[in-house]
Amino acid sequence: MPENREQIVTELNAKLGNCVSLSEDTTNEYILVEPNKLVEVATELRENPSFKFDMVINLASIDYPENYTLVYHLLSTTFVRQIALKVQLPKDRPEVPSIAEVFKSTNVQEREAYDLMGINFVGHPNMKRILLPDDFIGHPLRKDFKMEAGA
Amino acid sequence: MDVSRTQRIFEQHPDKGVIMTSLDTVFNWARARSFWPMTFGLACCAIEMMSAGGSRYDTARFGYELFRASPRQADVMIVAGTITKKMQPLIERLYDQMPEPKWVVAMGSCAISGGPFTDSYSVVLGADTFLPVDVYIPGCPPRPEALIYGMLMLKEKVENPKKFAKLVQVKRNA
Repeated sequence: MPENREQIVTELNAKLGNCVSLSEDTTNEYILVEPNKLVEVATELRENPSFKFDMVINLASIDYPENYTLVYHLLSTTFVRQIALKVQLPKDRPEVPSIAEVFKSTNVQEREAYDLMGINFVGHPNMKRILLPDDFIGHPLRKDFKMEAGA
Repeated sequence: MDVSRTQRIFEQHPDKGVIMTSLDTVFNWARARSFWPMTFGLACCAIEMMSAGGSRYDTARFGYELFRASPRQADVMIVAGTITKKMQPLIERLYDQMPEPKWVVAMGSCAISGGPFTDSYSVVLGADTFLPVDVYIPGCPPRPEALIYGMLMLKEKVENPKKFAKLVQVKRNA
């Protein structure tokens, strides 16, 4: 098990081409991943016997002024380690490949991110709203949602 | 058909004149003493409803102990909790499945008017927007004693139907 993030980043970059990098802010440390390589990175993190991250325990979506950000938290139950992946998406086309085939728990979590934030997960097997009624218009957790469709 | 004999009886005994009313009184007396609520706890008010059905604030001593899970066997629907837009068509369907006579009790501020979530994008502003509510029990959540008081108020309403006229003006969206 690599001891820190730098080793994970080096090994992933060596295997898949330059697609991940270190990233941190005042509270947390992440690994920043290119959106178009997300499926390969997730598969590698799951399959590689020295990483063995076998669960996605959280998928959060954030509406920043300059982009949409997705944060995936992965857990390795064999080594009891957690890691956070960060994906940044442009505001006008928030699209990212779906990793629902790689990790089963992201099936419902991606539906929630689509329902409330409007992130488009390409390749999801059942992209429907999960918390709001099916005929609801709009994505409520965006900063510019103005209750047009609400009461 | 010769109604003169019946008419003579009604004139001689004016207090016995309304025989159908006294049957109604007997039925209402029986109904008021055995409401079978349908389990409809949606949110936190459900905990208080369960607690009212427990042993400390007993509803069984009034005859209301049998909480039926099936709407076909229930008399009163205690809407306990927040009604979301996704849940609203299902509540309508369950209300339609209840046989007459049926009553609705709106328990808690969410069922009365949306409560603390009035500004939310997914909350229906009260059960009376789509159901005819008979008794409102305010509180967040109302204490079990308040729920029992509300059920007793419903009992009073069922026993004196002329005193508490039932408003059935509800816009049902198809």
